[in-house]
Formats: sequence, structure tokens, C-alpha cells
Amino acid sequence: MNAIVDFLGGDIVVTAIVKTVVAFAALLLTTLIVVWAERKVIADMQARIGPNRWGPYGILQTLADGIKLFFKEDFRPRTADKWTFALAPVLAMVPSLLAFAIVPIGDHITIGDRRIDLIVADLNIGILYFLAMGSIGVYGVVLAGWASGSKYPLLGGIRASAQMISYEIALGLSLVPVVLAAGSLSTVDIVAAQAGSVSNVSFFNGVPVLEQIAELFSFVPNWYIWSQWPAFFIFLIAGIAETNRAPFDLPEAETELIAGFHTEYSGIRFALFFLGEYVHVVIISAMAVTLFFGGWGGPKPDFLPWIWPIGWFVFKTGLFVYLFVWLRATMPRLRYDRLMWLGWKRLIPASLVWIMVTAVVNTEGVSRNARLVVFGILFVIVLFWLGKGDPRLTGAVTPQRRRVHGPS
Amino acid sequence: MTTGPTVEPVDASEVARRAQHEAEESFGESEPRLDTEEMILNVGPQHPATHGVFRLLATIDGEKLIHAEPIIGYMHRGYEKLVEQRDYRQITNLVSRMDWLSGINNELPLALALEKLMEIEVPPRATYLRVAMAEMNRILNHLMFFASFGAELGAITPTFYAFREREDIQLALEMATGGRMHFGFFRPGGLKEDVPAGFFDQALKGVRQVIERLNQYEDLLIGNEIFKQRTIDVGVLEKEVAYSYGVSGPIARGSDIDFDVRKDDPYLSYEDFDFEVCSAPNGDCFDRFWVLVHEVAESAKIVEQAIEGMPSGPIMGKVPRVVQAPKGEVYVRTENPLGELGMYLISDGDRTPYRLKIRTPSYSNVSALSHVLKDTYVSDMIAILGSFFFVLGDIDR
Amino acid sequence: MSLPDYLPILFLIILSTVFALASMLAASKLTPKRVTEAKSQPYESGIVPETGLDDRERFPVKFYLVAMLFIIFDIETVFLYPWAVAYGDLALFGLYEMLVFVGILLVAYAYVWKRGGLEWAE
Repeated sequence: MNAIVDFLGGDIVVTAIVKTVVAFAALLLTTLIVVWAERKVIADMQARIGPNRWGPYGILQTLADGIKLFFKEDFRPRTADKWTFALAPVLAMVPSLLAFAIVPIGDHITIGDRRIDLIVADLNIGILYFLAMGSIGVYGVVLAGWASGSKYPLLGGIRASAQMISYEIALGLSLVPVVLAAGSLSTVDIVAAQAGSVSNVSFFNGVPVLEQIAELFSFVPNWYIWSQWPAFFIFLIAGIAETNRAPFDLPEAETELIAGFHTEYSGIRFALFFLGEYVHVVIISAMAVTLFFGGWGGPKPDFLPWIWPIGWFVFKTGLFVYLFVWLRATMPRLRYDRLMWLGWKRLIPASLVWIMVTAVVNTEGVSRNARLVVFGILFVIVLFWLGKGDPRLTGAVTPQRRRVHGPS
Repeated sequence: MTTGPTVEPVDASEVARRAQHEAEESFGESEPRLDTEEMILNVGPQHPATHGVFRLLATIDGEKLIHAEPIIGYMHRGYEKLVEQRDYRQITNLVSRMDWLSGINNELPLALALEKLMEIEVPPRATYLRVAMAEMNRILNHLMFFASFGAELGAITPTFYAFREREDIQLALEMATGGRMHFGFFRPGGLKEDVPAGFFDQALKGVRQVIERLNQYEDLLIGNEIFKQRTIDVGVLEKEVAYSYGVSGPIARGSDIDFDVRKDDPYLSYEDFDFEVCSAPNGDCFDRFWVLVHEVAESAKIVEQAIEGMPSGPIMGKVPRVVQAPKGEVYVRTENPLGELGMYLISDGDRTPYRLKIRTPSYSNVSALSHVLKDTYVSDMIAILGSFFFVLGDIDR
Repeated sequence: MSLPDYLPILFLIILSTVFALASMLAASKLTPKRVTEAKSQPYESGIVPETGLDDRERFPVKFYLVAMLFIIFDIETVFLYPWAVAYGDLALFGLYEMLVFVGILLVAYAYVWKRGGLEWAE
């Protein structure tokens, strides 16, 4: 055993290999389940049954689809740029898989005398890495659209780039306050900063009644969602936009651009795009949990202590995946220019203002969370102005013109 | 608009010439070109948003439509010529296939035209049943467009709900006629047969369910902020333009043209019924859709009234064994779910018509498309196509 | 924090790339290959496109101005991260500095907005 370990380059290398393989396999498995779950949930929302042929409750449907796609003829239009066309799916899929590396899925486990953190790589620039992978993933989409040599994919690719430049900034800016509050770019540190409970807030200390009331809430965990909720909503909107999911699924808007950037893709290459998209959904959900909902934090009974954090993490991530599905079932698609309007004229100023608010609050003095609440209320006013919708729509009233009798 | 909008005639050759000219101009220059080209994009015939083989030849600049020309004819089946070879029984089933979403409403004007020409008295029960079934068919049609409009804007869920609501009404019609799309139930002089027991209950159940649930669906779709953004002030069809293109039906009523054949030139026994004509002032996609949705409730009201006041008696007037229209001509118009459906029947006394000119609503309605589509975005194009409720079979016949 | 931290990332890159390439390679060996003229047409709603993208004609990107602004704002975002991490040490000085920095950017942003730089280029 030790000989093999040494041969491979020692402990670090072996741990890295094991972690990588496990994470990779887990992610693929998760994707299979997420695709199935989405189809099942959305079918339920739409008064349908959904997949029910393969395996119990159709759970193997995704696998069957994958196998079918694998054996399908994979052809490309003669106008396509051969190599770019072939490699764009890889470029779309790999970065979204890579982003998973910085998501802490649990505490640590101990095997023998080895302590293994349940995270693939705890980078000290974790958040930046996450943003970078998101940006690189867009290249796959844009290049796929361009390389197809076909008009609808081209339009889809250009839409994807427009979407990226509108939401990438908001996504980046929305995480700055979190980093500021946690004082670290490492996701592990950010999760650690959210441990404990909100009753640590010293704002009400010494105030007779409020102190007791604050004490009542001591069970509430100190997640950033309480203090950083504006950042959370900006992150969520921009994150959904980055995954190209409804209502921001413009690059692949099926009723507008046939299938958008992957119109010309078939077989295994299409499957890779598909995989990339769903992995991205899982990543954004996992990041929302990690950054705003305490990551793997949660009650930890004595029975199998290491499995509870993983369970909490999976549960919370699942809720966000459900949110993605729910949005897809509810929302119509935004329009191209409205999308850019939302990104540039609402989300970016909102996140800039929120950064300043967080910075002011985080200077010495009164406790952070308490003051954030106060500034949050101020921010609501700003948000109210920002969210005042489109001036074109404010004057619009429901048309009401009816005639009851006879020829006019 | 005081001066009235100018309706520019569609001239593809002019656009092509201009493009050619520009291409020649830029050819000789040695500097690196910075100009971009307009792109010709075929939307359809195989496109998810055109519900059928409708083709739109669009000239786009980025995502902006400079010019769009509807091209029809991919589904032409020559019905107008074909009916000259078929006798009147067969024609009933042919015209029902024009607008496949509202077969009953297509059979109606033919039956009315023949009755007018042959001077057949239709018994009141048949008339009431015709009204009820035509309105049920209208609900089916409107629900279908409710479904497809949502789907085109990316909201897939209302589609399935609309189909669920359609099902009960479909069942009622299936009980009576045996068909789900092409009913072939109206005969000159009355109906094929009386409706079976349980038809009225089933019909009332379906209709009441639609009214009850439609409000929820309205909240789901019309109340959605994104939906409003996508439809309000998009694809405005001005009143004058609508008039000049002969637009009718919900689309015209969405452009403030308060015209409904059922009210303004009543046929069957529509004057007996208490219902409202919905119209909307702005002429954008939202208003067209609003009119469509609110017409469902009015139709449901008519169905309820017709069933409650259903007279008893025969369902067939005195019709000769062989339907043979006397020499003469007649024009009948009815309110098809999509607009005014007119049939101009010329008979030379034979068993087949000498000529049957059909004025279908979709044909006139889509002709206004190239005016509305000018200077819109590709996304708007989809919303506009969806709000110009058309059926391909109705355009091409 | 050192280079070995990035070892799993390297492995993950290798693993996922190999996975993608291998599955594409395997599929190319296993799937049928029946190339026909009609199949290799670019899809354009069933019409054989008369004007294709063969010569990669220029396509207008109407949001190029916004795209240039994106670069500026993206760099700003990158500047904000180190500041955010070090905020605890910088304290009041960091606050003033950031307020000036973001303030200038907001002024520029407002200027661009007013001049219509964020609008859809016609």
C-alpha cells in the first residue's frame, strides 16, 4: 500500500486523485438525477406524468437518453468550422465541471490517521476561480454558435455573449460584500464564518426586552442570507442568467432560435452541452448554498457525524435546483434588450451600492449584522427605486372595452 | 395618430437592389471594411414558432428585423377548386379541414349558405345546438392559442393547463359527433343527428371548468411582469391599417375595431343570447391576447345560455334527398374564432357548386404581418407571430 | 497555501477533458456515418439557405459599446476583490479609498447612462 502511495508521489497526490475521481463520478451521477428530477417535477407542475418507463419512477430515463445520444450519428453542417465545432462542447462542459472543485460538500472525515477535507481543492482564491470558470464556459457557447456556420446558432451565440457581458459583472460584484464580510476568498473560510448563531449579534445587548427576544432566536444560524440578502438576490438572478436557464434561456430559446447555439449539434456533442448546462445548474445552486446558506452547516446528531453535513448540503442544494425548475415552469422568456436593461441598469448599480453599504457597516463600532439590518432597510428604498420597472409599463392599464347590444 | 400610418407596399426586389448596390459600392474600396451586412433569415417553414409551414423571409440587421415578408402556400391543397368536383355532402367535410382548430365553425357558413339558397327552414333545436357547438369550438380554438402564445414566449406550463381544460369540451363534442377535430356534424337543414344523453352535462361541466380556471391562468400568464414586457407596446397594429388589410376577429378587436359578425350581422340565433364583444384600444400583442382570453368567457356564457334554453323538437328541416342547390348565388359570413369567415357560393343548379369562394380570416390577418413586423426584434417577431392567431390550413386552404 | 493545492484541479481538468474527448472519440467510432448532401446543409427552417455563412460575412454586434464598458467594469470587479479580502486590515483608510474609487466609477457610470451608452445601439 505505502509502496503504491510513494510511487504515485506520496499522500498529497493520492488524496488528490481519489478526491478528483470521486467528485467527478458524484457530479455525473448528480447530473443524471437532476435531469430526471427536473423532468419529474416539471411534469408534476404541468399536470403530466413525466418519465416513467426506465427503472422505478423512470429514474434511469436520463441514462437511457444518454446512451441513445451516444450511439446517434453525429454530423455537422458543411459550413461548420471543423475543429471549433468539434471542440466547443468540451469547452462548454469542462469549465462547469471544474467549478465544482471549490465547493465544500461537507466537513472533514478521518480515514486512519489521515484527515480529508470534503472539498476537492480549498483554493485561497476560490471565489475568483469560480467566476473565472463561469466566464470560460461562455466561450464554449459562443464558439459553438459561431462555428456552426448557420444563422440561428450564430444569433444564439451572440445572445450568449450579450448575456455574459450583462450578468458577469453583477455576479462578480454581488460576491464582493460576502468576501468582505468573511475576509477571505476561500469557500471553506466563508462557510466557517457562517457557523454559530445570529444571537451573537451584540446589537441588542443591554436593551432590556429586546435582549431576551434576540435570545429567543439563538437557534437561527448565522447565515449570510440574513445580512447579505440583497447580494443573494443579485447573485441568484445573475447566476440563473449565467446558466442560460429560463427565464434567461435566450441563447437557446427554442421558439425563437430553434435551439439556439446547439441547433446544429447532435449525438454525443449535444449530450456534452446538456451535461454542461445541468452541471452548471448544480454548481450555481451549490454556490448559493455555500455563500449564503451556511454551506454544509446544520444540526449534527451523534449518529454518523460525518454524514450529516453532506446530507444538509445535498438537501439545501436540492432546494435550489428545485427553484431553478420552478422558475422554468413559471416564467416566460425575457427579451434580449430587456435582459441587458436588467443587468446594466438595475443589478450593477444595486450591487455597487450594496458594496458601499457593506463596507461602511463593516468598519469598527456597532456589530455588523445589526447595522446591516438598518442599512438593509435603507437599501430597500434604493431597491424600490431600482425595481420601479419599465416606465413604458407603468401607464399601461388592462384594456376594458365591451359592447353588449346590437350593431354598432 | 392624426395623419394615419403609411402602409408601404411590400417590395422585395427593391430591398435586393439596394443590397446589391451597397455591395458594389464597397467592393472597390481598398480600406478594410467595417460595414456589416444585413442577413436574410428564413423563419419557417419548419420553425417551432410558426405553428405550421408558414414562412417568413426576414431581413435582419443584428437582432433587428428590417423587413419581413410572409410567404404562404406551403400547404395549399386546392380546396376551392376541389369543391367544384365534389357534391355538397362531401364539401362539408372538406371545408372542415381548412381551419383544423375550428371545424364546426367552418361547416357552419356552408350549411347556412345552402339553407339560404335552397330556402330551408332550420328547426330551433338545431339552431341552438349549432350555437352551442360553435361556441364550444370557439373555446377550444381560443384555448389552443392561449396555449401556444404562452409557449412561444417561453412559458410552457400554461400550454398544458389549456390542453387539460380543452379535454372536457373535446369529450362533449366527441360524444355528439365522434370526431375530435373534423366533426362533419352540420348538414344543410340541420344536424347529422341529435346529441346523445349526457352531452349537455358534459358540455356544461367543461365550460364551467374553463370559466372557473381561466382566471387563475390569466394570473399566471397575463399577470406576469415579463409577459407584459414582452407584449405591451409590441407589434402595434393601428386601427386604420387593420381596416385597410381587412383584418378581423380578435386581432381586429385588439386594434379597437369593435366588430363582431355575431353582433353586427347576427346569424343563427345569436340575437337571443346575452354576451359582450370584447375589444381593446391599443392594438399591441397584449391587447390581442387579452381579447382572445376574454372571449373565452363570453363564449362560455353563450354555451350555458344555449343549453339552458335548449328547445326540444326535430333537428333536421325539410331537406330533399339529394342536396341540389338551385341556380343562384349567395354570400354568407360568420364569426369564425379567428375572424370573419365568408363563403360566396355560386350554383348553376347542379349537385356541385359552380364556384365556392372562401374568405378566410387568417389569410387577411397575416397579410398585415409585414407591416407590423417592420423594425422589431427577433424576439418580438415571435410574440407578434403568436399574437396573430392564424392556422396554416386556413391561410392556404 | 501552495502549489499542491492546485493538484486536484489539474487532475480534474485532465479527467474531464479526457472524459469528453474519449466519449466523442468512442462515439465517432461507434455511431453510423451516412453523410448526405441534405444532412450537411446548415439548418434554416427547412429552406436551403441562399446566402450562407460560408464566407463568414460580418455580423453586426449591436452591443459592442456595452461590451467595451464590460471590460472596464470587469476590471473594477477584479480590483474590488483584493480590497475586500484585506478590508479588515485596511479599516477606515480602506473605506475612504474604496468610496472614492467606487464613487468615481459611479459618476462615470451615470455619465455613460445619461449619454445613452447602455442603450441598444441602433
